[in-house]
Amino acid sequence: MRPFSYVRAADAGTAIALVRERPDSAFLAGGTTEVDLVRQDVLRPGLLVDINDLPLDLIEDLPDGGLRIGALARMSDVARAPAVMERFPVISQALVLGASAQLRNMASMGGNLCQRVRCSYFRDPASPCNKRDPGSGCAALSGINRGHAILGTSDHCIATHPSDVAVALTALDAVVHTSGPGGERTFGMDDFFLLPGDTPQREHPLEHGELITEIEVPGAPVARRSVYLKFRDRQSYEFALASVAAAVRIQDGTVTEVRLALGGVGTRPWRARRAEAALLGQSASPASFAEAARQELAAATPHPMNAFKVELAQRAMVRALNTLTDGDR
Amino acid sequence: MNVDIEVAARSAVRGPSAEAVTLTVNGQARELRIEPRVSLLDALRERLGLTGSKKGCDQGTCGACTVWVEGRRVLACLTLAVACEGREVTTIEGLAADGGLHPVQAAFVEHDAFQCGYCTPGQIMSAVKLLEEGHAGDDAEIAEWMSGNICRCAAYPNIRAAIRGVRDAVGGER
Repeated sequence: MRPFSYVRAADAGTAIALVRERPDSAFLAGGTTEVDLVRQDVLRPGLLVDINDLPLDLIEDLPDGGLRIGALARMSDVARAPAVMERFPVISQALVLGASAQLRNMASMGGNLCQRVRCSYFRDPASPCNKRDPGSGCAALSGINRGHAILGTSDHCIATHPSDVAVALTALDAVVHTSGPGGERTFGMDDFFLLPGDTPQREHPLEHGELITEIEVPGAPVARRSVYLKFRDRQSYEFALASVAAAVRIQDGTVTEVRLALGGVGTRPWRARRAEAALLGQSASPASFAEAARQELAAATPHPMNAFKVELAQRAMVRALNTLTDGDR
Repeated sequence: MNVDIEVAARSAVRGPSAEAVTLTVNGQARELRIEPRVSLLDALRERLGLTGSKKGCDQGTCGACTVWVEGRRVLACLTLAVACEGREVTTIEGLAADGGLHPVQAAFVEHDAFQCGYCTPGQIMSAVKLLEEGHAGDDAEIAEWMSGNICRCAAYPNIRAAIRGVRDAVGGER
């Protein structure tokens, strides 16, 4: 591991100023991705600014029934918070399925959103990678890409966004709050997670020194009946091949409200808006679920190794919707 | 931002060369000189002679380095030692007092919950917390909440038996 300097910040203003004044500096929260990537020589910070002492770990109720989750709240604490388990089970389930117990104790919510991709070519400094070394090419396009994305891809990058909880937050229209050199800003999920396009090195719109302070989850009664389903090569402690965050309201056998997002298949957490639109007003039946899933995946751009994900993602969506609506049919 | 705060903050920057760091490990304050890049695992093993915590993968995958920081099970390989200043670190060496065995250690012996033993300290540090967290309800739950500790000898059935043994002996309270 290359040498670097370290400082622990006592308040957000100091942390932001310390990162801001050095181009090679970075915030350090749980470190579960960052320390690993520094050791792999993928990240080369000159200064790590430890933000773990900042008072950003609260989980608070909002008047609309929503939640304000501090950026430094740990995955494990959010997963077991009663308000999360009762009102947003999809968030709790995504977190528990998202890593080992040890990693969940370490990893912060803000860091989870900023985690880097698991593409083995991104993580290998000897391989071409447009995300790590812009303009060098994408080794995954012609390499081992079984785990890579089939939605939102470009000719420059097909890495899958690895987060589970970000999929749940995307389905729930969460809002990221930041504080930085330019003051405070907010981003909806669609604006926070950028498609790779021809700038895959830009994964989010944050400026250097801009700090995520909280994640706001708007009140959503539909989320009381929600689920996160995850399919992977191992039964536990593995990234998704395909996953689904789903919430649905059925009235008189008809879908009157639905939230759907996919993980493991997109270059960003994938809000399944086509499927949502196809389901609204339709009967809550396996046939309409399958048709909606088919429409969402019609835009997929698979490679021979990951073509199975097109079918897997559709079946996952149908399974999630069947699971949620079992008692209504 | 106040200029004085900036000056003070800058002066608090450590490294990149070795500097004095005080760690509290198993209740004892330990002084060492390390660079900020030194992991908690390397500090424990190479500087403090606490070799119970094992280095398996050194990338957060295997769980052999599981220790407690502030009473929570975490991975020492992905933790910077300098970031543990002012926090309580507990290793397998500090689990039981006076040279005795912790009930989970005794259960691992009783149930033959290891073969080569390399993953065992991490398994035990994880299992004690699993029991405290209340996630030892049945074998499926134990397997899920212990999935961050890999055993290449595949002693999993006996590890689960050891955990069940402690759970049933004391009602899950450890």
